[in-house]
Amino acid sequence: MSLRIVVCVKYVPDATGDRHFAEDLTTARDAVDGLLSELDEYAVEQALQIAEAADDAEVTVLTMGPEDARDALRKALSMGADKAVHVEDDALHGSDVMGTSLVLARAIERTGYDLVVCGMASTDGTMGVLPAILAERLGVPQVTLLSEVAVAGGNVLGRWDGDTASERVEAQLPAVVSVTDQSGEARYPSFKGIMAAKKKPVESLELSDLGIDAGEVGLAGARTAVEEAAERPARSAGTIVKDEGEGGKQLAAFLAESKFI
Amino acid sequence: MGAVLVYVDQVDGAVRKPTLELLTLARRIGEPVAVHLGPGAEVAALVLAEHGAARVLAAEAPEFAEYLVVPKVDALEAAAKAMNPVAVLVPSSGEGKEIAARLAVRLGSGIITDAVDLEAGVDGPVATQSVFAASFTTKSRVTKGTPVITVKPNSATPEQAPAAGAVEPLTVAFGDAARGARVVSRSPRESTGRPELTEAAIVVSGGRGVGGAENFSVIERLADSLGAAVGASRAAVDAGWYPHSNQVGQTGKTVSPQLYVACGVSGAIQHRAGMQTSKTIVAVNKDPEAPIFDLVDYGVVGDLFEAVPQLTEEVKTRKN
Ligand SMILES: Cc1cc2nc3c(=O)[nH]c(=O)nc-3n(C[C@H](O)[C@H](O)[C@H](O)COP(=O)(O)OP(=O)(O)OC[C@H]3O[C@@H](n4cnc5c(N)ncnc54)[C@H](O)[C@@H]3O)c2cc1C
Ligand SMILES: Nc1ncnc2c1ncn2[C@@H]1O[C@H](COP(=O)(O)O)[C@@H](O)[C@H]1O
Repeated sequence: MSLRIVVCVKYVPDATGDRHFAEDLTTARDAVDGLLSELDEYAVEQALQIAEAADDAEVTVLTMGPEDARDALRKALSMGADKAVHVEDDALHGSDVMGTSLVLARAIERTGYDLVVCGMASTDGTMGVLPAILAERLGVPQVTLLSEVAVAGGNVLGRWDGDTASERVEAQLPAVVSVTDQSGEARYPSFKGIMAAKKKPVESLELSDLGIDAGEVGLAGARTAVEEAAERPARSAGTIVKDEGEGGKQLAAFLAESKFI
Repeated sequence: MGAVLVYVDQVDGAVRKPTLELLTLARRIGEPVAVHLGPGAEVAALVLAEHGAARVLAAEAPEFAEYLVVPKVDALEAAAKAMNPVAVLVPSSGEGKEIAARLAVRLGSGIITDAVDLEAGVDGPVATQSVFAASFTTKSRVTKGTPVITVKPNSATPEQAPAAGAVEPLTVAFGDAARGARVVSRSPRESTGRPELTEAAIVVSGGRGVGGAENFSVIERLADSLGAAVGASRAAVDAGWYPHSNQVGQTGKTVSPQLYVACGVSGAIQHRAGMQTSKTIVAVNKDPEAPIFDLVDYGVVGDLFEAVPQLTEEVKTRKN
């Protein structure tokens, strides 16, 4: 039987751009170009590798996001995913992680899955909790923050590297995993891949397709609220010296003056 | 005063410093009740009580070590049902955040992750976060259910506030999901004897400019002269020169020490995300245009192989 893999990918504002907040204190999406979150490229890569190692597998990429989020799906399709699902609905604006996870969980169930692969964190929200919440909502095991992952004999196996120990971990499918940026470089889309992606199916879903009430998601359904957002004051300009042979000593003098030594 | 549940993070029975910081923050919004999972509650209770824990709820079961995340969620859920707390605080480790998140789903609550400060507000606790690679500071609130908040290390200075801290058994009935994800084997990492990166008062970091694994001894010698932890940029980690557990930045550790010393690090946005809130920042870099110089209090434009050893010698001389 075919191994059904769903990869959750997020369309995010480019981190190297000048990110800021909109008036309603949600992330401003117009000011900075969007892209497939770099950390989700690792998830696509691992999903493709697992699919390649399986006899028969199908990789679906899933995103919840505005119209432009389709770009993220296209990129994942051009890397090699088979099909895509895009959940887009005006009522989703301002969703917090509880709203987002509800939508993604329903879309995953509708698509059908044996394995859900996520990135370690989104590069804008940086919460890193959505995969665990998906597992809770789907009622399946989670093995997260993996630097190595493989599927064998109906199980998913991986390696987790912590501060004080490294662990080998395992769960039975169906399961949710997330992978770190230590899991291996993501492939670049080939020209052939880019051309093929144009013909791959992208399914569009609205909240009504998922049986979700508008009040459960978006700003209305959010269980958290940002009340203030202030730009961090620029650091005041420091002293910069050119090393003419005494650079280390000058720095030591500064550290002594600042009472560090 | 309402109870504030504080999840105790420990290594081999020793309570880690972030938990003591949480107890200090918890006292601002209610009465801290610690939740201790695994062996050693009686010993841990002494230090927890010293830092303000009014009660210590303790549960012991092999599941906590043998299975991932869910058994601890089951335990915290049991504690939350028993105490009806005004908030639940969990240290912001990878696992801590996931425990908190699943608990929030079960309690029908909202969750805030990676708070760097916490204060009481009229409508419940207000959490400060540092976002968009620390270029913005936000204040947020959980608006539905019991607030579940994870707090980054170094967000408060642990204060002594002696309280009763009596150990009480917590009864946990594990659900079907508890044994879903199994730890097959565990290989402990060797300790370097240096301070913990996220807890250190001084961090000395090396980047691509260090040029090789063996050259990191230059960084380590400076760190040791200052009693500092050693950090590394992702470029240095990806090159295999230093372990990933020492990486500073978006996909590594966030540090907020009194002093951050960047050597041969350019200061890319993802690196800044992990160190921008350091109190004092100094750098050695041979490129005067390196973005790290926008952040520094003191910067030396020069070769790190000249400046850093000279600095190390000078630190040693001045300390003697
Ligand atoms: C999704 C994502 C997540 C990321 N997460 C992280 C992260 O967590 N942490 C992180 O650090 N990066 C992260 N990065 C990578 C980041 O973008 C940069 O590539 C990285 O920080 C660069 O490391 P560096 O400063 O050591 O190297 P470089 O940018 O190559 O800089 C090296 C510097 O050393 C200087 N130098 C060279 N030789 C010498 C010498 N002899 N003496 C003095 N100076 C010298 C050079 O002038 C240069 O400025 C991430 C990137 C992405 C896309
Ligand atoms: N809107 C979204 N659409 C699809 N996947 C998402 C979305 N938001 C988060 N994810 C997934 O969840 C992971 C962790 O996100 P977060 O908890 O927001 O840091 C990401 O790496 C993605 O795999």
